[in-house]
Amino acid sequence: MRDGLLPLDAPLPGSSFTDLLRSLDLAPQWPAPTGGSLSDLVAPEATTVMALRFNDGVVMVGDRQATEGYSIAHRRIQKVFAADEFSAVAISGTAGLAIEMVRLFQTELEHYEKIEGVRLSLDGKATYLARMVRQQLALAIQGLVVVPLFCGFEPLTGTGHVFTFDVVGGRYEEHDFGAAGSGSREAKAYLRTVYESESDAATAIDHAIAALVAAADQDVATGGPDVRRGIYPNVVTVGPDGLRDVDEEEIAASAQRALEIMR
Amino acid sequence: MTMPFYVPPEQLVKDRAEYARKGIARGRSIVGLEAEEGVVLLAENPSRTLTKVSEIYDRIAFAGVGKYNEFESLRVAGIRHADVKGFQYGRTDVTAKSLASAFSQTLGNIFVQGTKPFEVEILIAEVGHTTGEDRLYKVTYDGTLYDERGFTAIGGQSEALSDKIGESYEAIPTIADALSMAAEAFRVIEDREIDGWEAAVLDRDGERRTFRRLSQEELAEI
Repeated sequence: MRDGLLPLDAPLPGSSFTDLLRSLDLAPQWPAPTGGSLSDLVAPEATTVMALRFNDGVVMVGDRQATEGYSIAHRRIQKVFAADEFSAVAISGTAGLAIEMVRLFQTELEHYEKIEGVRLSLDGKATYLARMVRQQLALAIQGLVVVPLFCGFEPLTGTGHVFTFDVVGGRYEEHDFGAAGSGSREAKAYLRTVYESESDAATAIDHAIAALVAAADQDVATGGPDVRRGIYPNVVTVGPDGLRDVDEEEIAASAQRALEIMR
Repeated sequence: MTMPFYVPPEQLVKDRAEYARKGIARGRSIVGLEAEEGVVLLAENPSRTLTKVSEIYDRIAFAGVGKYNEFESLRVAGIRHADVKGFQYGRTDVTAKSLASAFSQTLGNIFVQGTKPFEVEILIAEVGHTTGEDRLYKVTYDGTLYDERGFTAIGGQSEALSDKIGESYEAIPTIADALSMAAEAFRVIEDREIDGWEAAVLDRDGERRTFRRLSQEELAEI
């Protein structure tokens, strides 16, 4: 902070963290080059995340692999994050940009909640995330695409919701499930055959992990559960009691079952 | 050309201090205590929505007395300071000490250079992982920073409240004991019916955001 003084004269509207960073000239930025192209640039990419609704909440699952062209860049990357106590966000696309976007999004939600004294509505959070995606459009055109997936529970109505996005910042609420990333087509194809809206959390987790296994089977960029190394997908659920990180043993057991079915 | 009147610095500081103190004396007090399970802040506050105690960061809370618009602007500035720092570096790099020092600088500057001093006193509390690591900082209208141990109070009756709590505060109490000790001090010192409580706890064992408001049901017992 300049001169060690508090920023008493920060901008309007006062509860946005991003606007505050911008006013202090500290906002993260990746200026798109005017000449030349980024097509030769190689950055790790993340793939296949999904979220589905169950009877009183939502479950979100993401694989753990990041690829750089034809090689694997990271095997244990995290793609599913808690956005706040009642929502989760997952990423696909250029990992470095996406992770920074998530960090900014998390801080934005917390900052708003602390200043205003109330949490943003789920709809408000989704709208804000869409705005963040839109701001990346210049980079997306150059090939550095970031597409998040958002889900959460709205305590006011007592329902879980899933939102998908596109490159230009379009925001779409999904009735049943949503997915993003290179394996999303296979994952959705699998989910379409098994999905039932009134299932409980455990069944929804099973379906999501099985869909991930199906996606990994067809899509080279998606990493399925790696039993040999003990690397399992990230799974969170959001319900009336807030966000819960599903235990690794529970995930491992579910992954075992899914691998059996696919054999 | 008009010559400004000469005012000796002693007189200037004295006038401003008196003005600020008068404003603060009208406000209701707040106490902060270190307890076993965390740090407790208790305020007398008739309003259910205009809060005096609030969350700044994972393990840091803020309390302010005096003029609402003034301590509210300080509270928002504190959240901004903490969030920017935590975003730029790491979450553990946000400390009560640097925050208290920023508040102290800000209030000190306003006291000397502003058109009028802020009529506020603020309290920054931080919960540590063990009882020895708790921090209570008090900053007064002129930017003076106090590092307090065990318990502290701000507001019109701060000294009397501190003295009263000091009589019974020996070993580190449980949260329930700390609350009743503080409430008792309020009743004795104010010598009237208390208008309503507002309280919050920084939970020592909390993992990330440890700030929790106590509900009116929880406060009914004190």
